[in-house]
Amino acid sequence: MLKSRLSYFRLSAVIMLGASLAMTSCGGERQEGGSDMSGSIQIDGSSTVYPITEAVAEEYRAEAPDVKVTVGVSGTGGGMKKFTRGEIDIVNASRSMNAEEEKTATENGLSFLQLSVAYDGLTVVVHPENDWVQDITVAELKKIWEPEAQGTIKRWNQIRPEWPDQEIHLYGAGVESGTYDYFTEAIVGKSHSSRGDYTASEDDNVLVQGVSTDPLALGFFGYAYYEENKSKLKAIPVNDEDDSNGAGAILPSLETVKDGSYAPLSRPLFLYISSKAVAKPEVVDFVNFYLDNAPELSEEVGYIRMPDNIYNEQRQKFEQFAKGAATATNQQ
Amino acid sequence: MTNSEKNRLKDKAFQVFGVFCTFIGLVVLAIFLIDIVIEGVARIDWDFLTSLPSRRAARAGILTAWAGTLWILVLSAIIAFPLGIAAGIYLEEYAKKTKLSNFLEINIANLAGVPSIIYGLLGLELFVRIMNLGGILLAGALTLSLLILPIVIVTTREAIKAVPRTIRDGSFALGASKWQTVWHQVLPASFGGILTGVILALSRAVGEAAPLIVIGALAYVPFVPRSPMDEFTVLPIQIFNWTSRPQAAFLTNAAAAIIILLLITFLLNGIAVYLRHRQQKKIKW
Repeated sequence: MLKSRLSYFRLSAVIMLGASLAMTSCGGERQEGGSDMSGSIQIDGSSTVYPITEAVAEEYRAEAPDVKVTVGVSGTGGGMKKFTRGEIDIVNASRSMNAEEEKTATENGLSFLQLSVAYDGLTVVVHPENDWVQDITVAELKKIWEPEAQGTIKRWNQIRPEWPDQEIHLYGAGVESGTYDYFTEAIVGKSHSSRGDYTASEDDNVLVQGVSTDPLALGFFGYAYYEENKSKLKAIPVNDEDDSNGAGAILPSLETVKDGSYAPLSRPLFLYISSKAVAKPEVVDFVNFYLDNAPELSEEVGYIRMPDNIYNEQRQKFEQFAKGAATATNQQ
Repeated sequence: MTNSEKNRLKDKAFQVFGVFCTFIGLVVLAIFLIDIVIEGVARIDWDFLTSLPSRRAARAGILTAWAGTLWILVLSAIIAFPLGIAAGIYLEEYAKKTKLSNFLEINIANLAGVPSIIYGLLGLELFVRIMNLGGILLAGALTLSLLILPIVIVTTREAIKAVPRTIRDGSFALGASKWQTVWHQVLPASFGGILTGVILALSRAVGEAAPLIVIGALAYVPFVPRSPMDEFTVLPIQIFNWTSRPQAAFLTNAAAAIIILLLITFLLNGIAVYLRHRQQKKIKW
């Protein structure tokens, strides 16, 4: 009996060994590419920016097959934590770095550069059968979403008297997301401050599902999610009551987001690069490649390209930063 | 209506209710499975299994994800197996019924119910930060080992408990030491049960995404890990990532990846059932 039991031990040991050998042996293929750059680049952060960075990393592999680019999705906050500790090279961010994170970075002797890579237009949507809302002003959105609205603004006619006396059901980004931070900053005027009695999700597909099945819904999420689900949703033009950047209520579209007339809900998406990271030539190469390809690739994954002159500005900013970091290291 | 008729009616009513409850779970599972299979099965082909992640849903594959999952599986097994079994043997065979051992037992039972994200945070602090491993396979496997350890310990103890007292007494009567009894009698007799427990615990671990995201597992990894010190991604993270994308084609990819993940889980459970079956046939006291 002992023998047969022990053979279990041996059998499982053999299986484990075999499996690990099999895994070590596969994946050895290499591609021919145009660059002899090698090394590794660690990127982490926002899941909103992730699709763009994934697309760039995928294309960059053809360019420099020996550079190992990895991308995580621990969120803007999680990514910033790693970035300010110097654990990663680049962070994907759907909001700007906050004061506390800046402090940590400085304490750890890091300087950093913020680059904008694309725009996203936060889109305000209702159910397609909603025939009363033709446009909405920023002031009205504020009235709906500000913390004071909690428990008091519950019906459509409280926002505009001619709207029906029916309940309003709200859907929006979860409080951990950069989308939430941006929306509250732009609409309520204070980042991270809103009513809490709404259906919140970090996953925009859940919000799409919610709004598209609820005739009394009002929600907001990224433009790509509206674009992909146009038939099930109705986008609402937003009026910021400032005619200097386009008069009246404006619908989000590739053009209105790009030229800035869809204000204030067009938001830039960022990369942050640390002074430590630009000491690695592969990081410099990758970021340049990123800026060259961001317009096309960001559109391909559902975001909106920025005007060409802004990309040029980003390139110049980065060139100076990389140069500055290089001289700083030389002086040490 | 007499009393006995009433009781019989109650009996019948409960039976119907019981059948209903049993079927709720099964029907929901069936609906989910059918939905997933319809959505995803056409997407599974050799390319899907051997391609790297991509922004184009039709070209994206799960090579690095399933390779990472296999790595995690094997490493977690190697780590949790000896630790869990040794702890189980100690608690069942050696530990005296003191306050301390009582305290340990209660804690282990409680640990089995701790949410997985908490283990992720523990792993982040302990393995990634303090031991300075970074978000590598080894750190992920250690974290998941902690997660499944309580289950392994509990099932080991159950399996050992099932070995009759008389077998131990017989062994002792022949002059065997405690260790000899455990190694030559108790362990071989309970090994099928222990292995079943370990495999079931592992099939829980393969489905975890949250603790691995916390310790820094990635979403885009364009290479297959070659050693436990490499960075990695796993199937649940890839699935999670795809389901949150706006394009419908990524949802199809997610469904296909779910089928693969389910296959891995079913395979593990199948092995567990087989081992238990073999065990029951072989042992006759």
